Amino acid sequence: MARIVIKDVRKEFGDFTAVQASSFTIEDGEFFMLLGPSGCGKTTTLRMIAGLELPTSGEIYIDGEEVGQKPASQRDIAFVFQMFALYPHMNVRRNISYPLVSQGMGRAEVKARVAEVARILGIEDILDRPVGGLSGGDRQRVALGRAIVRRPKAFMMDEPLGALDAEFREHMSEELRALHDRMGATTVYVTHDQLEAMQMGDKIVVMNHGVVEQFGTPQDIYDKPATMFVADFIGAPAMNLMRFDGEVAPGATSLLYDGAEVAVPRMREGRRGALALGVRPEHVHLDDAAPHRGRIAAVEYLGTTQILTLETATGALKLRAPAAQVARVGETVGLRFNGRTLSVFDARSGAALASDLNAQGGGDG
Amino acid sequence: MSGYSVTEPSPRQKWIAGALVIGYAVITILPLVWILITGFKSPSDSISYPPKVFFEPTLEGYVNLFTTRTRVSPETLESLPPPETWYDEIVRRNDLVIAGPSRYGERFLNSIVIGFGSTFLSIFLGTLAAYAFSRFKVPLKDDLLFFILSTRMMPPIAVAIPIFLMFRQLGLSDTHLGMILLYTAVNISLAVWLLKGFIDEIPLEYEEAALIDGYTRFQAFYKVVLPQAATGIASTAIFCLIFAWNEYAFAVLLTSGTAQTAPPFIPTIIGVGGQDWPAVAAGATLFLLPVMVFTILLRKHLLRGITFGAVRK
Repeated sequence: MARIVIKDVRKEFGDFTAVQASSFTIEDGEFFMLLGPSGCGKTTTLRMIAGLELPTSGEIYIDGEEVGQKPASQRDIAFVFQMFALYPHMNVRRNISYPLVSQGMGRAEVKARVAEVARILGIEDILDRPVGGLSGGDRQRVALGRAIVRRPKAFMMDEPLGALDAEFREHMSEELRALHDRMGATTVYVTHDQLEAMQMGDKIVVMNHGVVEQFGTPQDIYDKPATMFVADFIGAPAMNLMRFDGEVAPGATSLLYDGAEVAVPRMREGRRGALALGVRPEHVHLDDAAPHRGRIAAVEYLGTTQILTLETATGALKLRAPAAQVARVGETVGLRFNGRTLSVFDARSGAALASDLNAQGGGDG
Repeated sequence: MSGYSVTEPSPRQKWIAGALVIGYAVITILPLVWILITGFKSPSDSISYPPKVFFEPTLEGYVNLFTTRTRVSPETLESLPPPETWYDEIVRRNDLVIAGPSRYGERFLNSIVIGFGSTFLSIFLGTLAAYAFSRFKVPLKDDLLFFILSTRMMPPIAVAIPIFLMFRQLGLSDTHLGMILLYTAVNISLAVWLLKGFIDEIPLEYEEAALIDGYTRFQAFYKVVLPQAATGIASTAIFCLIFAWNEYAFAVLLTSGTAQTAPPFIPTIIGVGGQDWPAVAAGATLFLLPVMVFTILLRKHLLRGITFGAVRK
């Protein structure tokens, strides 16, 4: 069980910088998500924590000890690979006991530990099977078994559900989260699936191009995106980013957008020039009395809700409406924004402006 | 008549394929069969024309292979005590007595030591080099690999004279060590390239998992990569052994006494006491056995080895 501190960690592969001066802290027992599109540096970051890559510069503390330049075998962490990486020439029991054998643990104790892990994961009946013929879910469980049998300081998981089919992934993610809650071990989990990250994580780090864009709880990241990248990456459909040229003053509670006032949370920062108004699809409502107008271009029916795509003066906007609401393609409707939930971004830097809603803004990433 | 399948060959296609394979097998096996049966013929049967397919089998060839014999006068032969063993008896039928063992056994043992020794060394060095080329950032990797391959771009015998001079200078002529080193040098490029291909196919994650599980890199190589590479190692070993086992030109050139292998020795049998084809055939037959046994033992690996990587599981 450990607290992991990442301090100014940087990784270069030749001329390519995979991770740029990243810092964040993973508290003891947290289920921590590293989220971002492919090539964003999240897996490299995970591998640096695990010791499979050594950082070019910066420090990594596990349990207060600086381990940045130590090999993986000395860090006492476990790693679950996307493709599971079960040793193909060993059966399930030997796979699970392999990390214990390396520690020189006695036979009887290894046996007891493996039995305990098998019981926790419900794989007692397949212990003596070769790993070759196992189903995806069982392989996943064996890989988890190999990780937890050591009782390591922390778990690293590199898209562990990525190799499973969609139906099973749901089930396995619940199982994983339950396992974590039961063991309370610090877990660092890499995914590119924002839904998975929101569902399972206590905290999320969103990365892009090797830079930490935002670090916080799922709620924070969803409600108060620090950058336009995060706003666009999180949520399905993503936050609408309505670009416009305008001005917002510190202390203002509204701004002029598309010829009409829109209420916003009290701004703590001002900016003039290219701005973007960030609004989640569920925070726009159809209201014929509202000053802003849009033409319905498409309707996607989703059962309980529907997603309307609207053409407005400043671009396309998606809106989530109750499924019962009548909406016809081609109709022009009025749009009302929920003022308490809006974010304002500097469209040039992509950073959010600080406001009463988003006290931190995007100033420091 | 049931529907036909696009991927499954039709019975007629299977029949033709089978006939082709059998035909090819007959063509390749026939000389071997001829050597095998010649080994059991008497010298006169072996050179009779038209060739005899049915004959009275005898072990004379094998006895002649393993012995040296001297001719004695019929009087002396009669004065000798009756033959003690079946091979004494065979020899005496031709007015000969056994003078001592031949050098075949010795040469055969040399072949075993040099063949398996160089195969082991090629595989040992080849696996380590292939692993390094596959996994590590080696400066000038591509150039080094090309250089290694380029050692096979001419027939090895083209450098026979420099090697001959070098061996003489270093005292390696006619030594087991010299032949082992020479065959290793020839085989190593094949071994490195083949094994690199196999090791490239082994996902890095297995080693990383072992590193995470608390093993050192060498342990990860030894305990995880090597078992995975067994198929590649087996098929590479077969190729190396076959080359070292059958090599003739260097063996003629560089060995004569202590380290002579079987291939240059077998033809010399012809010169001893006339055209002794059955003894030559017997020598060749026995000489085939070790490689055959080795190949049969590893053939499961060989089959997988040749097609390895062609299709991703």
